[in-house]
Amino acid sequence: MDNADKKRLLREMIFYRRFEERTFEAYMERKIGGFLHLYSGQEAVATGVLEMAVTGQGKDNDYVITGYRDHIHAIKTGASPSEVMAELYGKENGCCKGRGGSMHIFDASQNFMGGYALVGQPFPLAAGLAMGCKHKGTDQIAICFLGDGANNQGTFHETMNMAKIWNLPVLFVCENNGYAIGTHINRSTAQPDQYKRVDTAYCMESSQHDGMDIDNVMAAAKEAIDYVRSGKGPYFLELMTYRFRGHSMSDSKGYRTREEEKEWEKRDPIKLYSDKLLKAKVLTEADIKAMEKEIDDEIENVIIKFAEEGPEPKVEDLNKYVLDDNPDPRWIGPLQNN
Amino acid sequence: MAELAYWEAIRRAHDEEMARDKMVIAMGEDIGVAGGTYKATSGLYEKYGEERVIDTPISENSYTGIGIGAAMIGMRPVIEIMSINFALLALDTIVNAAAKIRYMSGGQLEVPIVVRTPGGTAHQLAAQHSARLARMFMSTSGLRVVTPRGPLDAYGMLKSAIRSNDPVIIIEHEQMYNMKEEIPDEEYFRPLEGAEIVREGSDITLIGYNYSVHLCLEAAKKLEADGISAEVIDLRSLKPIDRETIRKSVEKTHNVVIAEEDEAPVGVGSEIITGINEDCFFALDSQPVRVHAADVPVPYNATLEKAAIPNADDVYQGALKALGKI
Ligand SMILES: Cc1ncc(C[n+]2csc(CCOP(=O)(O)OP(=O)(O)O)c2C)c(N)n1
Ligand SMILES: [Mg+2]
Repeated sequence: MDNADKKRLLREMIFYRRFEERTFEAYMERKIGGFLHLYSGQEAVATGVLEMAVTGQGKDNDYVITGYRDHIHAIKTGASPSEVMAELYGKENGCCKGRGGSMHIFDASQNFMGGYALVGQPFPLAAGLAMGCKHKGTDQIAICFLGDGANNQGTFHETMNMAKIWNLPVLFVCENNGYAIGTHINRSTAQPDQYKRVDTAYCMESSQHDGMDIDNVMAAAKEAIDYVRSGKGPYFLELMTYRFRGHSMSDSKGYRTREEEKEWEKRDPIKLYSDKLLKAKVLTEADIKAMEKEIDDEIENVIIKFAEEGPEPKVEDLNKYVLDDNPDPRWIGPLQNN
Repeated sequence: MAELAYWEAIRRAHDEEMARDKMVIAMGEDIGVAGGTYKATSGLYEKYGEERVIDTPISENSYTGIGIGAAMIGMRPVIEIMSINFALLALDTIVNAAAKIRYMSGGQLEVPIVVRTPGGTAHQLAAQHSARLARMFMSTSGLRVVTPRGPLDAYGMLKSAIRSNDPVIIIEHEQMYNMKEEIPDEEYFRPLEGAEIVREGSDITLIGYNYSVHLCLEAAKKLEADGISAEVIDLRSLKPIDRETIRKSVEKTHNVVIAEEDEAPVGVGSEIITGINEDCFFALDSQPVRVHAADVPVPYNATLEKAAIPNADDVYQGALKALGKI
């Protein structure tokens, strides 16, 4: 990876952090409603894994799917940050025309197949996307990002089994941040090492890695993606990470200690990577400052502006997109009685 | 024209659609090597191979979800769920995913899956194998729910369902798989929407769907012997419901009975009567009558089972009641 790419990666992670923190403000101003789950702290996971996948190429991308903590996965896959922000604002110029909201970001033009609120639901959908790729004979793969808590759903077990017996090209990325809302993994899960839950049980290739150091993430992801793309079948990649904010906006974090948080903050993925790049003289403190300034300007003057100025969806359009809006009468009818 | 059984009609529809379009696949428990619990996919595994006729593990929620994922990128999976009771396990992927993905994505994606599943009582299958549950699916925005009453519709509606771009739930019936009917030899399609007047009459309208259409037809014959002319409507589609055909019929006959094999509370009959109240209340000469199952889990004992489930005589009696004859 050359220096320009390293700088770009750092910039992306800083951008993601600032984007999320700005949505926090917009939520406080009540510009954004509903549930809002921020990704701060986990940036190296989506950024690192998707850096190794095919993204930003439109319909040639790998397919990406995840849960409700989905803004950054969407953007890294190729969705426009302005359209994601407009979606959070519920506007017609949002990527889902304001119909989906924070937990349901979709960008089909970039093969970002959605954020889903039902914990564990994306597992089978991801395997289905992989089945589609296999059936069509493309060399795309499906990548499914979910939390540690999702692994206690039946869909996890059902899907791991089917993904393996059908040899589907799907990469499951477990973002293990240690908590499912306020329940620590040791209190919910008999086997805390998630990658061990698929190896003997479903004979699936799996491994566990640090998820805060993006270089680590990229190395692990490259191996996993190469494996899946080569047709060897599914892979389960567990990445150890931490979310710096609460589960969602209403979380007082009473279930974890400040000491624990401080320990993890020392390993802030942005700090780790910028320290590395500074040390290697890829860039200077001043470069980072300039980067941050540029990002804040872009967020304020382009992204927030786009969302603020976007039109509200029209109430006349309430019933659009429920079923096919232009159905073929040959199949749909209605039947005529004489 | 050839006489085909209901299961043969379904198999023929699968076969033709799979031959035409490689994106059409079949999935479900025991549908491949074993040929399907109801034989509805028999011979397809040999013809199309294991990549397109997929024997799934007993994982209803997730194999339905896999079908949905594949449908999101252009495949056309036809999923058989062995019994509608087991479809409860797949409610999350059907109701929370298939029905909502088009909407949540602002129209960017569609989920053209077909889920076929039999609902209804057969012969002493007891409480956990006798659910009907059509009402659960018909209350969900973003789904189509259809109920073919015989081979003609079973073939023609499955063909249409496969070509439709929406998620379609086809509710079949354990007792109908061997039912026979003449169907055209050449390819045809039956639309997913629209009720059908299957018997014309002028004194009372009997409304059924799925198996209960046959109860209505039998009751109509008995009524005819009494000099009462009954019109019979097959709803065919429970989502959406064709209120126009019901209104026209009620405006003609002024009396109505709804026959459902399911329990009544919050059911198909409630929905139909609400529609009648809203569309043609003043055309009624009598209170609408619902004929329905007892509000109990279906009993195993044959006598109790019979007592719990409506039959043609119950529909007949319901009509007499509506007409003030009893
Ligand atoms: C089926 C279902 N059950 C419960 C919830 C409520 N819920 C939302 S997020 C969550 C915790 C999930 O934890 P994890 O999978 O570790 O993801 P994280 O939020 O830590 O990224 C729960 C219980 C839900 N959304 N869906
Ligand atoms: Mg978690």
